[in-house]
Amino acid sequence: MTGVRNVTFQFDKRLLVLIGRGVLVLLAAMLVAAPWIFDLADLQVITELLCLLVLAVMWNLLAGYADIVTIGQHGFVGIGCYAFYAFAVFTDVGPYAAILLAGLTTLVFALPAMIVVFRLRAAYLAVGTWVLAEVMMLGAGKIDAFGAGLGISLPVSVVREFGGNIAERFTTIYWMALILAVTAMAATYFLMRSATGIGLTAMRDNEEAAGAVGVNLFRARVICFLWAAPFLGLAGALITLQKLRIAPAASFSIIDWTVYIIFIVVIGGVGSFEGPVIGTFVFFLIREYLQSWGVWHFIVLGGVSIAMVLIEPRGIWGLLRRVVPGDLIPVSHRPPRGS
Amino acid sequence: MLELVGLGRHFGGLNVIKGLDLTVAEGEILGIIGPNGAGKSTLFNLIGGNLAPNSGRIVYAGRDITRMTSWHRCRVGIGRTFQIPRPFHQMTVYENVLVAAVHGSGNTVARAKGRAQAVLEQTGLWHRQDMPAGRLSLLDLKRLELAKALALTPKLLLLDELAGGLTDAECNGLLDIVRKVHSGGTTVVWIEHVIRALRRIAGRFVVLYGGNIFASGTPDEVLADARVKEVYLGAEGNAGDSGQ
Ligand SMILES: Nc1ncnc2c1ncn2[C@@H]1O[C@H](COP(=O)(O)OP(=O)(O)OP(=O)(O)O)[C@@H](O)[C@H]1O
Ligand SMILES: [Mg+2]
Repeated sequence: MTGVRNVTFQFDKRLLVLIGRGVLVLLAAMLVAAPWIFDLADLQVITELLCLLVLAVMWNLLAGYADIVTIGQHGFVGIGCYAFYAFAVFTDVGPYAAILLAGLTTLVFALPAMIVVFRLRAAYLAVGTWVLAEVMMLGAGKIDAFGAGLGISLPVSVVREFGGNIAERFTTIYWMALILAVTAMAATYFLMRSATGIGLTAMRDNEEAAGAVGVNLFRARVICFLWAAPFLGLAGALITLQKLRIAPAASFSIIDWTVYIIFIVVIGGVGSFEGPVIGTFVFFLIREYLQSWGVWHFIVLGGVSIAMVLIEPRGIWGLLRRVVPGDLIPVSHRPPRGS
Repeated sequence: MLELVGLGRHFGGLNVIKGLDLTVAEGEILGIIGPNGAGKSTLFNLIGGNLAPNSGRIVYAGRDITRMTSWHRCRVGIGRTFQIPRPFHQMTVYENVLVAAVHGSGNTVARAKGRAQAVLEQTGLWHRQDMPAGRLSLLDLKRLELAKALALTPKLLLLDELAGGLTDAECNGLLDIVRKVHSGGTTVVWIEHVIRALRRIAGRFVVLYGGNIFASGTPDEVLADARVKEVYLGAEGNAGDSGQ
C-alpha cells in the first residue's frame, strides 16, 4: 500500500458517504413533500412504511444493541391500539391526547413486563416475550367494551376529528406518522450519542467486555426497554387510525408487528442506525412488487433474511459498509479537535 | 487492598479454585504464574466479577464485594484485561477507550474525552485512534486491552497474559507503561507465562496450582523452589526455558 494510492482511494470512498447522505436527504425531502406529490393510495402506503420504520428502529435498539431479542413486540403495539381506542372513545380527552396517552399506557404496561423480561435470557427471553404478548392479546379479546374476540370499529365521530373527508384525514394521519418517525429516529440518535448510547454500542460488540469497563448492563437494558415501549404504543395508535378498527388478531399481529420487523432489521442491518431505514425500504419494494404472489412473498422475505444472515450478519448496510468508509448517520464519537 | 478468603469455584464436577486465600498489599506488583488450566484466568474472572464464586469472600479496600456486579467493581477501582483481547471491534480505537473513560467514572462523554486521549497517548495508540478495533494487530490489541483498563483510572489493575505472544521489544514497551502506572500508585496483579518479563517487574510471585496457592515469595525464591520446577516440568515439559 503506497501513500499515494491510499489518498486517492480515501477520496473516492469519502464521496460514497456524501452520496449516501445525499440520498437520505433526498428521501427526507420527498417525505416532507409527499402530501403534494403522491396520491392518496401512495400516501397510505408511505404512512404504513413510516409506522413500520418506527417499529424497526425500536426492535433494532432492543435486539441489536441491548441483546433483548424480543419476539413479543406486537404486544406493545396492540396495547397502543387498544389504549388509543379507549381514550378516544371512552373519555373526552380528545383524539390527539388519546394518541399520546396510548404511548404513555404502553410505558405503564412495560413496567410489570420487565419482571418477566429481565429474568430471562436468550431463547427463554424470546419465548417469554412472545408468551407475554399472546397473553395480552387474549386478555384484550376478553373485554366486551372492545368488541371481545371480534374487535370493534372506531366511531365515525372520532374518525371525523382527523379530517372531514378522506383526503384531509389521510394527510393528517400522514403528518402524524412522519412526526412520530422523525421523533423516534432523532430521539434514538441522541440516546446513541449519550453516555448510555456509547455503552450500548459497546454492548453490541462485546457484552462482557462492556461490563468490564463499567457499562451498567442492567441499567442499559432497562432504559432501552422503557425507551421502546411508548414509541411502539404511539405507532399502534396511528396504525389504528389507518385501519379504523381494533381487533385482537390484527392489533396484536405477530406477523405484521414482529416477524416482518425482524425481517426488515435483519435484511437492512442489525446493530446499525442505517439498517432499519434500508430494511424498511427494501421490505416495501419486495412487498409492493411481489404482493401478487400471495403467501410466496412472505417466503421470499424469509429466504432473503436467512440468506442475508449467512452472507453478512450485519445486513445490507454491513455489505455496503465494506466499501463505504463512514456512517451515513454518524453516531460515532471523535477526539477533541486541535490535538 | 485485596483479600480473597476461602474462595472456591467449580464448573460442573471440575473444581478449579479450591478454598483459595490470597492477600494483595496496596502498592505491590504481584506476579501470578502456574501451568495451563491452573485456574489463573478463572481467578481474575472471580475478582473482576465476571464469575460468581461458589464459596468464599472477596474483600476489596475493606469492603465485601463478593456479590458486586463487574461494572460496579470498575467504579470502585478494579480494572482488568482479558487474556484473549475483547475489543469492541466495530468501534474505533478512540471510542473503545472512551467507553471505559465514560463508564468507569460516571462522567459525561464530553468530560471523558480528555481522559481517553491521555490514555491513548500513554499506551502508544494515539496514531490508531480512527481505526476500527477489529483491524488491529496483536500488539495493538494488547495495548488496547491495557488502555481500556487504564481509562478506568484503576487502583487495582489485573493483567491477564498481557505479554503473551509478543516479541521482547514489544513486551518491554508494555512493561514500561505498566511501571509508570504502578509508580502513580496503582496496585498491579499480573498473570503471565513469559516469566522472564514478569520477574523484571513483579515484587512477589505466587504459583497457582491444584486450585490453590502452591508457592509464594520473591520471584527468585519461587523460581528456585524445586517443587515449583517440578510442577512446571510435569505440566509443561520445560520450566527452565521460561525461567531464564
Ligand atoms: N466458563 C467455563 N466453563 C467451564 N469450564 C471452564 C470455564 N472457564 C474455565 N474453565 C476450565 O477451568 C480450568 C481453568 O481455566 P483457566 O482459564 O482459569 O486456566 P488458566 O490458568 O488461565 O490457563 P491458561 O494459562 O491456559 O490461560 C480449565 O480446565 C478450563 O477448561
Ligand atoms: Mg488464562
